[in-house]
Formats: sequence, structure tokens, C-alpha cells
Amino acid sequence: MSKMNMIAALNSALQLQLERDENVVIFGEDIGYFGGVFRVTAKLQEKFGAHRVFDSPLAEGGIAAIAMGMGLNGLRPVAEIQFADYIFPAYDQIVNEIAKIRHRSGGEFTAPVTFRTPAGGGIKGGHHHSQSPEAQFTHTPGLKVVYCSNPYNAKGLLTSAIESNDPVIFFEPKRCYRGPFYGDPHNVPTWNDHPDGEVPDEYYKIPLEQARIVKEGSACTVIAWGAMVHVCEQGIKDSGIDCELIDLQTLVPWDRDAIVNSVKKTGRCVIVHEAPKTSGFGAEMSASIQERCFYSLEAPIIRVTGWDTPFPHTTEWDYLPSPERIAEAIKKTQEE
Amino acid sequence: MTERKTIATTPYTIGVAPFRPGDESSFGGSFTEKPEDLNRPDPAKCESNDTVKHASGLIRVMDDDNQAKGEWDPGLDAETMIQGLEYMMRLRIFDDRMLKMQRTGKLSFYMRSFGEEAIAIAQTMALETQDWIFPSYRQPGAQFVRGRDMVSMICHCIGNTEDNVKGRQMPVHYTWKEGRFISISSPVGTQFSQAVGVAMASAYKGLDEVCISWLGDGTSAQGDYHYALNFASTFKPPVILNVVNNQWAISTHKNLATGGRTFAERGLAYDIPSLRVDGNDFLALYSVTKWARERASAGLGPTHIEVYTYRAGAHSSSDDPSAYRPENEFEFWPGGDPVERLKLHLMEVKLWDEKKHAALEKKIDDEVMTAYKEACEFGDLASGPYPPASTIFTEVYETVPWHVQEQREELGK
Repeated sequence: MSKMNMIAALNSALQLQLERDENVVIFGEDIGYFGGVFRVTAKLQEKFGAHRVFDSPLAEGGIAAIAMGMGLNGLRPVAEIQFADYIFPAYDQIVNEIAKIRHRSGGEFTAPVTFRTPAGGGIKGGHHHSQSPEAQFTHTPGLKVVYCSNPYNAKGLLTSAIESNDPVIFFEPKRCYRGPFYGDPHNVPTWNDHPDGEVPDEYYKIPLEQARIVKEGSACTVIAWGAMVHVCEQGIKDSGIDCELIDLQTLVPWDRDAIVNSVKKTGRCVIVHEAPKTSGFGAEMSASIQERCFYSLEAPIIRVTGWDTPFPHTTEWDYLPSPERIAEAIKKTQEE
Repeated sequence: MTERKTIATTPYTIGVAPFRPGDESSFGGSFTEKPEDLNRPDPAKCESNDTVKHASGLIRVMDDDNQAKGEWDPGLDAETMIQGLEYMMRLRIFDDRMLKMQRTGKLSFYMRSFGEEAIAIAQTMALETQDWIFPSYRQPGAQFVRGRDMVSMICHCIGNTEDNVKGRQMPVHYTWKEGRFISISSPVGTQFSQAVGVAMASAYKGLDEVCISWLGDGTSAQGDYHYALNFASTFKPPVILNVVNNQWAISTHKNLATGGRTFAERGLAYDIPSLRVDGNDFLALYSVTKWARERASAGLGPTHIEVYTYRAGAHSSSDDPSAYRPENEFEFWPGGDPVERLKLHLMEVKLWDEKKHAALEKKIDDEVMTAYKEACEFGDLASGPYPPASTIFTEVYETVPWHVQEQREELGK
């Protein structure tokens, strides 16, 4: 067991995979010699050599295609897309090729590729270093979509993602790389004092499809993923209401039993994500929950999300769901 | 307020197709390039600079009198050449039969390789069986070389119970793992950059495997083409990247889609040895591919090839080229007909005659008909049986996740 921030935990997962499976290769922009702009791949090239950990040309579409080709030919590539905002040149390869190859080849060919990508706001990244495009991928059958939120689940989920024989889009909330984020930009804690900053040095996995109950409660179910998990913790505290907080962790396929059991128990639900509201994954969750839990619901399901606008720069704190907005939504569910 | 001057200028350039319906096509008779024009550099030493002339010229082996000449003559034995002719004839007869089936409502769609039969066949024959094939639409012929059963191919085109992709894909989107033939994909060009990744994996594993891929002149406008060349140039894996310049991308002539010189010359800018080859010359295609494989096998990495040809037929069964090009344009193509040319060469060297040709044609035609009838026993398009509806839900993931399983139960099949 060691104290790790999310960067160290991800690095540990990658290192163990490189040690355990010689078919694992890692590449992406700036990830080799330099170790990645967020340092997630630091020292891996030094340890495992430049054939296994290498810098790629600056072309996400090319990176995705190379990953698919390697996956088809027996390797298990882990490609980094430097920011989730830059994944779109790779969208065709991911959506039309990687996600579908198992199905369209009648199971003859598969591409077990993992795309790691830092996502979400909170670092003053403006339009193009802040987006959280999970819904663009949850809408594509064939992909698994994972969103970690702390060092412990980052390592366990990334390990499962790499070992998955299905392609996985793995989102890392960059705001939480060095510490949890409670919605106050002036409060910058580290993972040092957080229980999820205690990470086993050895190999372990967290199954995909499994949500995490962060905090049990009886009055309202709050569902979030990524950095919003921590903002929700604060919002719940501020609301003074006994909420159950669920960190979804894997969005496709999501943990049906955890969600349904919780909402049936609490009868109320708030869903929180950074991405815009319209067609966000919260809409999918909300619709699925009302299909399954309608007669247990005591109040309308409320979504607290980023606005349906491009992500702003200096005003990002007014864009991201805040503890205040979350607390307000939780209180509203108690009014009915 | 700054005042802006408006300067009158000519508008941007719009390319022009050489001939349109009603025009008389003329490509100057035969090629001006001759088989003796270009040397064959040592493949184990060749650098891109050694191929400058090969990228702007045209590698030919069969001359205008159907004789094999020059350094690029692969010196094939009779058996190999006759086998090549047989595959090409088989593909043409197969295509014609399948198009007829499409016209009578027995297939939903079809694409012929007409006029381009030599390409995938000669090039695949020049490879080893462990090599990977990443085709575009007009390379199904590679499957004949690798020994795929026609019944299996037709079952796929029908989408019946024996279709190995379970009725999931349009006809002609063949995939065949045993032959290392990856699924043909409708988003054109995606296979090209994937092929580089496949070759990188082979190199990583230290295996003597090469990956070959093709895309069209139209598709070479896609990012995937440039990703492939740049990644191939950077990592130098054993890959053979072919641009099949068949003049037409559906209705768009290449003149409307590129301002470059030859397609082959683009490879030189990436420092990749680049060749331009007569795509209707079986012997030349075989020879350049063998050469490229030798380079790859020697650890020298990629080769870029422009296959210069003409799309003799329609783009697909949904296309009518008489709306955008002279109907008889193929007759004027200086490269002629690839099947006819190899036949004439074999006759020239006294290995073949009209009688043998007619007998082989008849034999193949019978085999295709027999295969078609056999395939229909597993279901035809009009009345089935089709693969069970449950195949919609399988192989989306390694195991069926709960949400997909619920939807399958909702369909109730």
C-alpha cells in the first residue's frame, strides 16, 4: 500500500500490465521519452524500452488506426489521446471500425484496444481542454466506457480496461489527477489525506459494470462520475440531506442493480455530470431509471449538468455543476 | 475603420474530367512508357531517391506486342501464369454472374472488379500465405488466390444462414480470417492506416509477415491515406501501400480531386520508395509486389505503389456511369484489358490457345453456377432462410451485456 495520486496510480497500472503481458504496447503524443503531458507514462519508456512505449505522430486518427491494426494482429495496445477534446479525428476509426469489428466480422476479428484520455474541466482549459465527451461514445454499441474518479479506482479500472477483450474508452478526470475536487477552486487538497489515495502497489482489478456506493443514505440517490463525484459529496453535505452517492465508474455497461436498488430505496434521484445536458448520459440514466423505478419514485428525477453551450474559459466555475446547484437539486427532490 | 480593397481575380480552380458523355475518348493510343525504360533497383538496398523515375514513369513488363521484357520481368513459370489467368477469369465470370443475380433481385447490391482483376490477384500471388490483406472494394479476388470457397463467398453476398458474417453486412464486404483477409469496410480508406498498425505488430513480434492494403485515387484524399504514409514513414514497418488509380471515384474524375502530379510521387515526400505500375499488366504487378515484399522482409519497411488502371465497370450496381463518362471509354484505355493481355502473352509464348481458353471459361462458368445453386440451398434473398434474429445481439461484445440481453428478450427471438 502506498500513497498515490491518480497519476501515480495510473502509471502503476500501466507498469504492471507492461510487466505481465508482452503484448501490451503504449503509445500516444508525448507519452514516450517525456512521459506524457500529465506524466501518466513517466519513466515507462526507460523501463520497458522504446518499442513498447513510444511517441506517436500528432494524429489521433492515425493513432486509433494503428491501435486497431495492432489489436487485430494480437497485441493489446493502450493509446493515449492527450485530451478528450482531441479524440474526434479518431472518431471514425473508433465508431465505425474498432467498435464494430467483432460484430461485422462475425466474431472472426477483434481489436482489444484501450484509449486513455484526460477529460473534463476545472483547469482553465477553455473550449478545447475541458470537454467531457462520454456521451459521444456511450451511444456506440461495441465500446465500453469507463470514467474513474480517484487513485484507487483509476488503477483497478484501468487494469480491467486493458485486460478487456472489448475496446474501452477510459476517461480520466484531469482535475482530479493530483487531488479530489470539491467544487471550490480555491480549496486544492491533495490525495494524501484521502482514503482513496491509499493504493495497493500490487495488481488488482475493479470489474467493469460495477458502480461504487461512495456513501449510503436513505433520502435521495445521487449519481455521478469523474470529478463530479467529489463535487456531489460537497453538495450533499451542504444540503444536509441523507443522500446515497453512487459513483457509476463504468457507463457502458452501467450497474443496473446498484442504481435500481438505490432508487427503489430512496424514491428520489439526482444525476450530475459535467457534459452538456441535451443528450448527455444523464438523459439515458434518467430514462432508464423511470422505466425501472417509476412506481418507487416520489419526485421527478433532476439532472444537474454543464450548460448546453461550449465550455468557457474564465467563467468555468459558473459552467460546471457546483455544490450549490447540486444541493438545491437534492432539496427540490424532497419538496414533492 | 480600415478600408478594404476588393481586387478582382479569377475564381478558384475546378478540375475537368478529360471526357464526358458524347465526347470521343482518346488517351493517345498505347502507353508511351516502355518495359525497358526503368531499371529494377536492388530491393535490399533501395532508398526512395532510387525510385524517383519509377514514381513518375510507368513500370511495365508486357509490351505492346504482348512480350515480356525489361528488368522487371518476373520470369514466371507457365503454371503460375496460367493459374493467374484462371483466377482472373474466375473473378470476371463470378462478378458477371453475381451482377446478374443482383439485377434479378437475388442480391441486394453488388460491386464488380471489372478491368481491375489483375491487381489483387497478381499482388496476392506475389505474397506469402502468412501475409495480411487489407482490401478495398475491388480486391475480393485475393480470396481466390488464398483458396476461399465460392459457395462461402456467395453465401455472404446473399446474407443467408451460411454467411460467415451472419447477414450483418452488405454484399461484397467479405471477411475471412483463415485467409488473413480483413473485412472490407464502407468508410473508405480506414483499412490503409490500420494496415500500418498490423505491420507494426508483425515487426514487434519479429515475424516475417507483410501487410498489403489498397485504396482508390478518390480515397487518397482521406486523412487515413496520409496517416498511413506518415506512420509508415516514421516507423518503417513491413507494409505495402497501394493507391489504385482507376480514374474514377463514382462520378468524380481524379482531376477533380487532386492537384498533385502522380499519386506515386506523393510517397517520395514521405521518403518511402514509390513505384507507378501498369495496373492491367499482370506480370508487372506481380513483379513490383514481389520487390516490395523483398524490401519489407529485409527490414527496409514500406513501399508505396500507384496502380495505374481504369475502372471499366460501374462503381456499383447502384451506379450508372453513362451519366458522367463516355460509355465506351474503357475501349480506349491504353492499358487494355488485363485478362486479355495475359491471355495474349500466354498465346505469344505458346502456352495457351483459344481452345483451351474457351474450355476453361466453360469450366469456370459451370463451377460458378454450381456454387451459386449450392449457396442458395442455405437461403436466398427473397425467401430466406436468413441468420436468426438473435445474431443482431451477439458478438457486439465478447459476452452479451445485460442491456443488450434485455433488448434481445424484448425482440423475443
